[in-house]
Amino acid sequence: MPIIATQGLTMRFPGVTALDALTVQVEPGVVGLVGANGAGKSTLIKILLGLLPPTGGAAAVLGLDIAGDGGRIREQVGYMPEHECLPPDMPATEFVVHMARMSGLPATAARERAADTLRHVGLYEERYRPIGGYSTGMRQRVKLAQALVHDPKLVFLDEPTNGLDPAGRDEMLALIRRIGTEFGISVLVTSHLLGELERICDHVVIIDGGRLLRSQAVASFTEASGVLVVEVDEGAEKLGVRLTQAGARVRPEGRFLLVDIAGERTFDAIRDGVAELDLCLIRMEQRRHHIEEVFAAGGPEL
Amino acid sequence: MTSTIHDIGYRHYDGQRLGRAYVLRSLFTHNLRAAYGLGRPAKAKVMPFLLFAAMLLPAVGSVAALALTKEPRALIRYSAYAVYLQPLIAIFLATQAPVVASRELRFHVVPLYFSRPVGRFDYVLAKFGALATALFILLATPVTLLYAGALATREPKKPTLGGPPPPKLPSVGQHTAHYLEGLAGCVLFALVLAALGLVIAAFTPRRGFGVAGVIAVYLVSFTVVGIVQGIAESQSRYALEGWAGAFTPFYLVDGVQVRLLGAQAATPQPPPTPYGGPVFLAICLALIVAAVGILYARFRKAGVS
Repeated sequence: MPIIATQGLTMRFPGVTALDALTVQVEPGVVGLVGANGAGKSTLIKILLGLLPPTGGAAAVLGLDIAGDGGRIREQVGYMPEHECLPPDMPATEFVVHMARMSGLPATAARERAADTLRHVGLYEERYRPIGGYSTGMRQRVKLAQALVHDPKLVFLDEPTNGLDPAGRDEMLALIRRIGTEFGISVLVTSHLLGELERICDHVVIIDGGRLLRSQAVASFTEASGVLVVEVDEGAEKLGVRLTQAGARVRPEGRFLLVDIAGERTFDAIRDGVAELDLCLIRMEQRRHHIEEVFAAGGPEL
Repeated sequence: MTSTIHDIGYRHYDGQRLGRAYVLRSLFTHNLRAAYGLGRPAKAKVMPFLLFAAMLLPAVGSVAALALTKEPRALIRYSAYAVYLQPLIAIFLATQAPVVASRELRFHVVPLYFSRPVGRFDYVLAKFGALATALFILLATPVTLLYAGALATREPKKPTLGGPPPPKLPSVGQHTAHYLEGLAGCVLFALVLAALGLVIAAFTPRRGFGVAGVIAVYLVSFTVVGIVQGIAESQSRYALEGWAGAFTPFYLVDGVQVRLLGAQAATPQPPPTPYGGPVFLAICLALIVAAVGILYARFRKAGVS
C-alpha cells in the first residue's frame, strides 16, 4: 500500500499556484521531497496533514482519504514543521510529554515515551532545562522528538536540517535514516538540497513550481556511470598520455583522471600503466551519478 | 551469568490511545497550570502567586476584624469582593491572559496541536475554560475564606457588662445563601473577564502588548464609564447612570449580581429594573459566545501558518 497517493492535487492561493495538478505515489520507506524554496513542499505536507484543504484533486495518506479521514490520519502521523514551534519557557521533557498526551497517550505512557524518544534523538540531561536556552541543533532534536513521541506510522519532516552546521546536519541525516530503518517508521523528508537526501532516502520526489518533475528510486538515480575515477600521487599527466596511447578515452578533472570503461582491458591498462610508470595509485573507483547531475541536466523527462 | 545494560533500541507503542475527552482534559489542565506558572521557571510563578496572596489579604483582615469586634459589617460582602479588588484582578488578567492565549501563537506551537487529533473548537474551549477557572480560583478563594471566617465566628454568649447589646450576627443559613450567590457571581466574573482578556491577548502576540492591551481596555472603560456616570448622576438621570455600567466589565457583572442574584450594589448605580438584570446577563453571555467565536477563527488561521 502506498503511504501517500495524490491525484491531481491542486492548491491555489490568491495570485499563486502552490500545487498544480500533482499526481504522485510513494511507497513505505524514507522518501525525499525535493524542490527549490517555494516549490510547494510545505504546502503539500500541510494538505496531507489536513491543516489546509486543497482547492482541487484528492489525496490519501496511509490509505485514508484526507477529506474524510483527517482525524484518523492525524492519529497516525507525526509532523516536524520547518519553522520554530517550541515554547521557550518549558523544559523539553515537559513539552514532549504534553505533546504525547495531545495524541491521546495516558499520563504514564506519555512520560515513558517522552523519555525514550528524547534519548533516541540524543537529548540527555539538558532536557530538564527550558528550551529557550537550547542551541539550534538541540531545538531541532526536540522538534523531531515531539513528532515521534506517539509512535506514528509516518512522519513528515519539513526541512529538518535547516540552520544546522555540517556536523549537526550529518547527525540529523543519520538519525532520519535510523527512523526509517531501525524504528520502522516511514519518513517524508523535505529539503532544497538534493545531495543530502540522496544519502538517506530510498525514493526521491522532485517538485518544481507545484508540478512533479521526477519520482524515482534513489538507486536508479545513482547507478554506476561507466566512468572510472583514477587518482595518483604524481604523474597524472604521464599516465593520461600512456592510457590514451593504449586506446582509452581519458580526460582530466582536477587531480583526477576520468577514464571511460571499455571492459576489463581498461582496468588492466591502468594497472599496467601505473606499475610501469612507477606511480603511486591512491584511488580507482567507478563513479556513481549524483541525483544533482540528473536534476541539472534536468528537464521533465520522465 | 553476567548481566549487561544495553540499549534495547526503539520500541513501538502498542498501548492505549485515549479519545477526545482525555485530550480536552489534558489540554485544560495544561493551560490552567500555565496560568499559575506551574511547570514553568520560578519567574513565571511570581506574578500569579503574588496577586493570589494579595487577593487574600483583605479577606484575612476582614475575618480578623470580625473575630475581634463581632461586628457583622466588618465582614466584606461576598458579592462585593471582586468589585472592591478589581485593580488586582485586572492585573492578574492582564499578565496571565497572554500566557494562555498568545504564547502558543507567538512561538508557532499551534500547528503542532492541529496536526494531532486535537479539535480546533476543543483547543479554544480548553483555553477559555482554563483561564476562567484560574480567575475563579483567584476570586472564590478569598470569598470562601470570608465564609469560613464568618462560620467560625459566633456571637458572644453574654453582652459585656454595661456595654450596648452586641449586634446580631447573620445565621449560618443566611451566610450560606449569600456565599452561594457570591460564588455564582464569581463564576460570571471569571467567564466575562476570561472572554475579554483572551480576545485582547490573542490579537497581541507580543506579551508586553497583550498586558498593556488588557490593562488599557480595563482602565479606559472604567474611567469613561465613571465620567459618564458622574455626569448622569449630577443631572439626576439615574437610569442612564445604571445602563452606563454595562460598558465596564466589573459593573456589568455586578449589575447581574444586584438585579438577579439579590446582592447589594457595590457599584455607584446598578441598572434599572426590571430589564436591567436580564439585559446585563444577556450582554455577558453575548460577550462569552462572541469571544469563543473570535478565538476559534483566530486559532484556526494560526494553525495553518
